[in-house]
Amino acid sequence: MLSEIERRELEDAVKSYPDKRGAAIDALLTIQRRRGWISDDSLLEIAKFLEVTAEDLDSVATFYNLVFRKPVGRHVAFMCDSISCWIKGCEQVQEQIKKLYDVDLGQTTSDGRLTVLPIACLGQCERAPAVMIDQDVYGDVTPEKIEQIVEKYK
Amino acid sequence: MERPLTQHIHPDGTTRTLREYVKEGGYRCLERLAAGLAPKDVQRLVTEAGLRGRGGGGFRTGTKWSFVPMGPDAPKPKYIVANGDEMEPGTFKDRVLMEGDPHGLVEGMILAGYAIDAEIGYIFLRGEYHLSAQRLNQAIAEAYAEGYLGKPLPGTGFRFDLHLHASAGRYICGEETALINALEGKRAVPRAKPPFPQTVGLWGQPTIVQNVETLYNLPHIINHGADWYHRLSRTQDGGTKIYGISGRVTNPGWWELPLGITARELLERHARGMADGVRFRGLLPGGISTAFMTEEHLDLPMDFSSIPPEIGRLGTGTMIILDDQTCPVGFVLNLEKFFARESCGWCTPCREGLPWVAKLLTSFEAGRATSDDLSLLEMHAKWLAPGHTFCGLAPGAMAPLQSALKYFHDDFERHITSGGCPWSRKSAQRRILV
Repeated sequence: MLSEIERRELEDAVKSYPDKRGAAIDALLTIQRRRGWISDDSLLEIAKFLEVTAEDLDSVATFYNLVFRKPVGRHVAFMCDSISCWIKGCEQVQEQIKKLYDVDLGQTTSDGRLTVLPIACLGQCERAPAVMIDQDVYGDVTPEKIEQIVEKYK
Repeated sequence: MERPLTQHIHPDGTTRTLREYVKEGGYRCLERLAAGLAPKDVQRLVTEAGLRGRGGGGFRTGTKWSFVPMGPDAPKPKYIVANGDEMEPGTFKDRVLMEGDPHGLVEGMILAGYAIDAEIGYIFLRGEYHLSAQRLNQAIAEAYAEGYLGKPLPGTGFRFDLHLHASAGRYICGEETALINALEGKRAVPRAKPPFPQTVGLWGQPTIVQNVETLYNLPHIINHGADWYHRLSRTQDGGTKIYGISGRVTNPGWWELPLGITARELLERHARGMADGVRFRGLLPGGISTAFMTEEHLDLPMDFSSIPPEIGRLGTGTMIILDDQTCPVGFVLNLEKFFARESCGWCTPCREGLPWVAKLLTSFEAGRATSDDLSLLEMHAKWLAPGHTFCGLAPGAMAPLQSALKYFHDDFERHITSGGCPWSRKSAQRRILV
């Protein structure tokens, strides 16, 4: 069941569009902010609110990189692997994360602290390689610096 | 040298406030609208200024607007959409503008809305740009409080509403019809054209989708006129351009410069040449959907008119540099993996062809490739060329591949003859050194 606060946030989101369905992405991201990810139950509740079928909404939810249809850790590290970051050694940074936290791309650490995902170009190419943890962006990352950065996220 | 788009952006990364924006001439062109500048006058000024789309296509803004039905019988509402889904690898220019000067986009949107008589605007922002979202939301709230938005503008009767839409990360949303589907809350696959969005777009209404940097130019054209705008540029297209360079150069970054500056000036003067120990081999002039250019092209003006189509196109103007310590095949493999991952899957050549290309390139890197694989790559460049796919994604993906096969053919051959990537041992050493 949508909580009172969640319902209010969704009602606010649909105001920007001439029909409710326009707010599909806003609604998915709003509920994800509160619940961490989009479970089947969450999907059904949102679909009902938006007056679309769950299947239809799932075709939207599964399309996007930032909508999680599986549980993620308390923090998510998005590793930019596009060309400017690749030239500057993003693969070495990712290898270092794997070594330090025993977690590969698409996986979550066993303590549920950190999920590591690849991400398309973060638009930080002048300070490549770049990593985004939750909503914070870090540039000029090196294998040496990455531990210090990740350690801020417990 | 004038830098109208960026001269007031704070170098320390903080945002330009509403107060500063207004003090430095912001929102002043709304007074010109009040003084009698009609939508058709705005359209004429922009056409005369020779403004061309900064998202990569270089389409003439005035021409784009001219397809929108105008007058009392035109459908209502009409929409104007800022395309801020900046996901083209190597491209970061719109982020610089939105973070540094969010009110410039609000004012640009009001003007574009006025020019085509669209009363509702959306800023379609990629989901990863959290700082841009935060600053744009604040700017929009301030513009409502000041009455620039949400109330009839004095002397015109024109009222404009503006919404920010934060997306959830998918490259195809930068394609204008996919973007329209995304805004409608549908799966973001491209639509068939015609009908074109200018007549049948968002929720079936006339819609203009315009790149963020393009919109930032509008207030300056209205304030200073078409002649001034042409004088900013070195070529027949008007204005400045935000250029950028990434890769192994001494000083990667962005610079607002006259349109038509050469790649050599950008690389040598602004990026201060290649980084220590590496040499220049080639560049992608603007994002990864553009063709490689090499040493022989460095003196071409970087604009929409001077690069011959058989060589390539400017794209977004943010260059990625290939150096001699980086494997060109590995470089192209990285690009094709990106395209394969970001294909929306709607049409078969793109959905099936791009993973195949990535697989072939992987076999080169792994030392399993034969000369048949080289021909297969060349065939793909034809099979996925313009006209064979539903939208421009796969043809864009073929531009760097096809040009790499042309300029770096020997390197592809060496992967076959030496049974693997000649760079891999070198790059392993470099990793230890760096």
